[in-house]
Amino acid sequence: MQPLIDTHIHLSRWPCRRLPLDETPSLVEALQSQGVVQAWAGSFDALLHNDIAGVNGRLAEECRRHASFLIPFGSVNPMLPDWQEDLRRCHEQFRMPGIRLHPNYHGYRLDDPVFGELLRLCAERKLAVQLSALMEDKRVQHRLLPVPPVDLAPLPEAMKRAPGVKLQLLNAFQVLRGELLLRLAAAGVCFETATIEGVGGVHKVLGQIPQERLLFGSHAPFFVFESAKLKLAESDLTAEQMKAVCEENARRFISL
Amino acid sequence: MIWDLHCHFSGVSGKTPQERMAQLIGFADRMGVERLCVYMGMSWSRDPSPEEFRKQNDDVLQALKDWSHRAFGFVYVNAKHVQESLEEINRCIGDGPMVGVKLWVAHNCRSEELDPIVRRTAELKAVIFQHTWLKTDGQEPAESTPMDLAQLASRHPEATILCGHTGGNWEIGIRAIRPFRNVFADTGGGDPAAGFVEMAVRELGAERVIFGSDIGGRSFASQLAKVVGADIPEASKKLILGENLKRLLTPILREKGVRL
Repeated sequence: MQPLIDTHIHLSRWPCRRLPLDETPSLVEALQSQGVVQAWAGSFDALLHNDIAGVNGRLAEECRRHASFLIPFGSVNPMLPDWQEDLRRCHEQFRMPGIRLHPNYHGYRLDDPVFGELLRLCAERKLAVQLSALMEDKRVQHRLLPVPPVDLAPLPEAMKRAPGVKLQLLNAFQVLRGELLLRLAAAGVCFETATIEGVGGVHKVLGQIPQERLLFGSHAPFFVFESAKLKLAESDLTAEQMKAVCEENARRFISL
Repeated sequence: MIWDLHCHFSGVSGKTPQERMAQLIGFADRMGVERLCVYMGMSWSRDPSPEEFRKQNDDVLQALKDWSHRAFGFVYVNAKHVQESLEEINRCIGDGPMVGVKLWVAHNCRSEELDPIVRRTAELKAVIFQHTWLKTDGQEPAESTPMDLAQLASRHPEATILCGHTGGNWEIGIRAIRPFRNVFADTGGGDPAAGFVEMAVRELGAERVIFGSDIGGRSFASQLAKVVGADIPEASKKLILGENLKRLLTPILREKGVRL
């Protein structure tokens, strides 16, 4: 079985429903049974909680219980006072390799100067940045919680403020196509597989962006994990492509 | 055995329906999907005139010429044009190889104008597939919800009705169709959200849940995962992936002398 590094999972509770694998031990067991050797975890709590420091502390502790398998990606909300301290703790106290951002849930656009400043500080600290473009299809959101996807158009400009930043977009393929996708890939942005759709979709994406830009990601437990894995089977990938997407690109991205 | 309730000619290249079908079959083979139900043609219309839906159905008939051993066709009609729709159902199902009717977004399915279409479909022992969505961000003007479909189903207990996408917002869609034993949940089209199939089996019973993919806009992978990855018994997965659809289509396939 090809080892998998799942770069996109979540711990804790989705706000609007219980999910079949939203207890960490059962999620870990399920992922390991599918050949996952490492999983990068954010917390669902980071979407709506204002006590982000508490969220990140719990995430770090939960991942510590499954050390070397769960890698925590804490969250920073630059709309909160003293967000720089959350960033410092993620890096220095919790020794996280990166952070996960949710601009649409936290209420800022990518052309807000504070976003450029956050990227710059991450680059300075050599922290990887995962930016989630959306969490769920806007057609099926709770009627009292409609959160539109992140507008990614300003991203190339914002990245200019943070030379060398390592950036991965999560759940990008429902909203990102065409020229912007190509520009971001050329600028070194990485992506993951969770929202790739269409028959043979992974193969088609690899026809558009360099092979080293695509990492395996499932969006579990919100999405059924098997979706991401079966997409690899549906596409006619070379052994080299398979290894790159499943494992090598992720190892290169955060160089643990 | 995997039978797919919900397939289109989109998402692949090919100048003819046969060429596109050949590509889709290639992906189906990779994923172990044995039979595909296909509907709508090479270029879609949301509110088709009779000429347009005839053309789309001709595309499907053309694909079936080469692929009748792997695919079934559903005839696409529009309840705004009742008489022409009935004639098309007779052409494609009564006198042709198709086994179901597809209704999309042209006319809301609460409308009594659907009644003769449903009655004729049931007489022919064919099934009805009605697209449904319940969108948080707004419906198309005549787009049907699962609640609309429930209204239709209450008037036609004799018909076999498939609730397309189970409304997308499946937690509500499942509840809406739950009282109507003649309505079945299509799993196809939405994201592979965890818990959909588990809830459908819990509330409807596995016998009323049917695998559909909505390829080529979607992948077989994400849609199969909803069933394969669900926390339900293996026997339930078999029903959902193929046995239920085979059971629903068996009466009309027998009438047409199709051997399985």
